[in-house]
Amino acid sequence: MPHDHPHAHDHDHDDRHPEGFDPHAPASDLGTDRSRWFEVASDVMRDMLIEQNVIAAREVRKQIELMESKTIQLGGKLIARAWVDPEFRKTLLKDGKAAAASLGIPVTEASLTVVEDTPAVRNVIVCTLCSCYPRSLLGQPPAWYRNKAYRSRVVREPRQVLAEFGSIVPDDVEVHVHDSNADLRFIVLPMRPAGTESLGEAELAALVTRDSLIGVAPPRAAAS
Amino acid sequence: MTGSPAGTAVHRFAAGDRVRVLDLPKTGHMRTPWYIREKVGTVTEWTGKVLNPEDLAYGRCGGPAVNGYRVVFDQRHIWPDYQGPEHDKLHIEVYEHWLEKA
Repeated sequence: MPHDHPHAHDHDHDDRHPEGFDPHAPASDLGTDRSRWFEVASDVMRDMLIEQNVIAAREVRKQIELMESKTIQLGGKLIARAWVDPEFRKTLLKDGKAAAASLGIPVTEASLTVVEDTPAVRNVIVCTLCSCYPRSLLGQPPAWYRNKAYRSRVVREPRQVLAEFGSIVPDDVEVHVHDSNADLRFIVLPMRPAGTESLGEAELAALVTRDSLIGVAPPRAAAS
Repeated sequence: MTGSPAGTAVHRFAAGDRVRVLDLPKTGHMRTPWYIREKVGTVTEWTGKVLNPEDLAYGRCGGPAVNGYRVVFDQRHIWPDYQGPEHDKLHIEVYEHWLEKA
């Protein structure tokens, strides 16, 4: 929301389904389950801020529209540039936010850390505590990223989870899991797909997928 | 190493230090998950100073700013029944007050 507040609203608090919650129970405006409590509190807060002229309803709408307008194309641009420009790659790995800014891409999270896949290391991102994600760059995270099964399993059995996403990681490759539990936000810099030597930057960017930036899948293969 | 705005920030740990994550009796908006508590890892980077989200979440100012570190752990150390190879790693960010020298 557009207010003077030092922390980016880039995560959800997953309190929606407490023990005993019945998703098929009759809906009520003021139900007793915790999820409705937080929803109602949030609505009341918004209405009070609007009533007191702290924010305007149109600002709330605009902010939601902005949050939902981000797509992974911005991430694709960053990665494709890193694949073709070694100097940019260095900057991206050192300070992702500065690298993005140099391409005119604003990252509103406090920081952006880019972790590099190599033939010896495969990276994967999770937020075990909620669903922290570089939303200003990639948009909203997929439902599975917010799901407790992914969040709890990928830290303790990452190879099995990657296999379920279709990636079998050989034992001689290290799997590095990054928990974005606190202030850092992450994306993976995947390896450039084989056979893409002749592709231009825009074509390369089109190979970058959301899942490859989270680390659960490689980028698209080059069209043969 | 990430520079602080002032460039003079003092931080207790540096890359390469072995640290143990404390099991502090705190509740609320903690950013130190349970699975990492009392585990020993290696600092890879000081990430700078931030206002403590454990306080910010409740409308307190969160100051003074706290140091954060990226810490890497061996998966087999975190999960004794870990099925993957011994070189697999887990990286996580921990605030200074949750760490002690190991």
